[in-house]
Amino acid sequence: MQVNRRQFFKLCAGGMAGSTIATLGFLPEKALADVRSYKLMRASETRNTCPYCSVGCGILMYSLGDGAKNAKSDIFHIEGDPDHPVNRGALCPKGAGLVDFIHSPNRLKYPEVREAGSNEWKRISWDEAFDRIARHVKTDRDANFIEKNADGVTVNRWLSTGFLAASASSNEAGWLTHKFTRSLGMLAVDNQARV
Amino acid sequence: MSLQSQDILRRSASPTQPPIAREHKEEVAKLIDVTTCIGCKACQVACSEWNDLRDEIGSNVGVYDNPADLTAESWTVMRYSEVEQNGKLEWLIRKDGCMHCADPGCLKACPSPGAIIQYANGIVDFQSEHCIGCGYCISGCPFNVPRINAKDNKAYKCTLCSDRVSVGQEPACVKTCPTGAIRFGSKEAMKEYAAERVGELKTRGFDQAGLYDPAGVGGTHVMYVLHHADQPELYHGLKKDPEISPVVNLWKGILKPLSTIGLAASVLFGFFHYIGVGPNKAEEDEEEKA
Repeated sequence: MQVNRRQFFKLCAGGMAGSTIATLGFLPEKALADVRSYKLMRASETRNTCPYCSVGCGILMYSLGDGAKNAKSDIFHIEGDPDHPVNRGALCPKGAGLVDFIHSPNRLKYPEVREAGSNEWKRISWDEAFDRIARHVKTDRDANFIEKNADGVTVNRWLSTGFLAASASSNEAGWLTHKFTRSLGMLAVDNQARV
Repeated sequence: MSLQSQDILRRSASPTQPPIAREHKEEVAKLIDVTTCIGCKACQVACSEWNDLRDEIGSNVGVYDNPADLTAESWTVMRYSEVEQNGKLEWLIRKDGCMHCADPGCLKACPSPGAIIQYANGIVDFQSEHCIGCGYCISGCPFNVPRINAKDNKAYKCTLCSDRVSVGQEPACVKTCPTGAIRFGSKEAMKEYAAERVGELKTRGFDQAGLYDPAGVGGTHVMYVLHHADQPELYHGLKKDPEISPVVNLWKGILKPLSTIGLAASVLFGFFHYIGVGPNKAEEDEEEKA
């Protein structure tokens, strides 16, 4: 095709006019829009209780993977359980942020000990931890157990050690906590049973 | 992956009519009862959790407001105001964020086709992939809500959890609110509930209690119950009569159509001039001289 100078200018001007008109709103676009896809569509839903305070709100934990053997589950979202009578779906700011608590790098995942005089935490095994706790408990109880009071009445109490239990325990766990502590004569038991 | 939702009432910078066949949808609304809010910020946490936002951890600026302002990654913040009313101190706490106006200033001001849309249920949503980062939505917004993200130069704001609402759930902030200060439902149902609350407040001595659903922006899909509805400014400067800036109205409502007509007219004139008068013929000798 032969194009002379004048025709070339005409082509350029025509093209420019056309594209200008198009960009000024004469070119219809597809009028499509979409909300973000619902992120829980096929997530596994697991019920649990919030680990923080003694209100014990019900939570729903949503995790990746459907339980297939080659997939590793991982919790990616947590919200309140609407069917739970305590909170009926609501959660406080601490509960609402639980997913970051689960994945926090500062989260305690195994027993650690800071020896007297040291400023470093050392990882120990569960067996070692239980042995150490049992040793401390026995030594302290042997030294401070009170069998009888001043009047000679049997009291069987042990006041120098306390027990921190969980606020969100079931009845069964609560029964075990009580059985264990009272059989040792321990009186100071804190279940954080308050708001 | 876009769906043919067919329920888009309005689309930014688009002269073509969006498909609105499915407009028989219930208008939704979020009602924030400022009088029962305790300022716990569970809504802020639930918002960033659901929307996968993690804003930079800021520093304490000496007041409870934290973060201190809305950002591209904090779509809702609690605003705390200490005011004196009737001779005593009142601590007013307002959850700030997008109001989802029926007549959205951001959408009017936006020059990028399809970057801001309004669904039939009233939700005003940003389609961030179409955003060009010009910031006109911020100037168009009567409530100063959208924020530009420095990382990708795109504007962001509350979506009213359009992804949750589209599957029949309430927004994340509504679900988590421990005192039930944030409610969600049809706009009608929320107005009824608000009227109930206002009645209760009036019996408790708040004579000026009322619903904040400003007519200047056609009403909003996020409404407040205020104890002092006659002075919304008390609540961290909530505007009494919010309106879209006259500049945006003049520019987008009058100047833009005028300029389009002007351009079309000049093109048409050029065409008819070419047909009627014909091309400008240069004289042979003139061309040689040149």
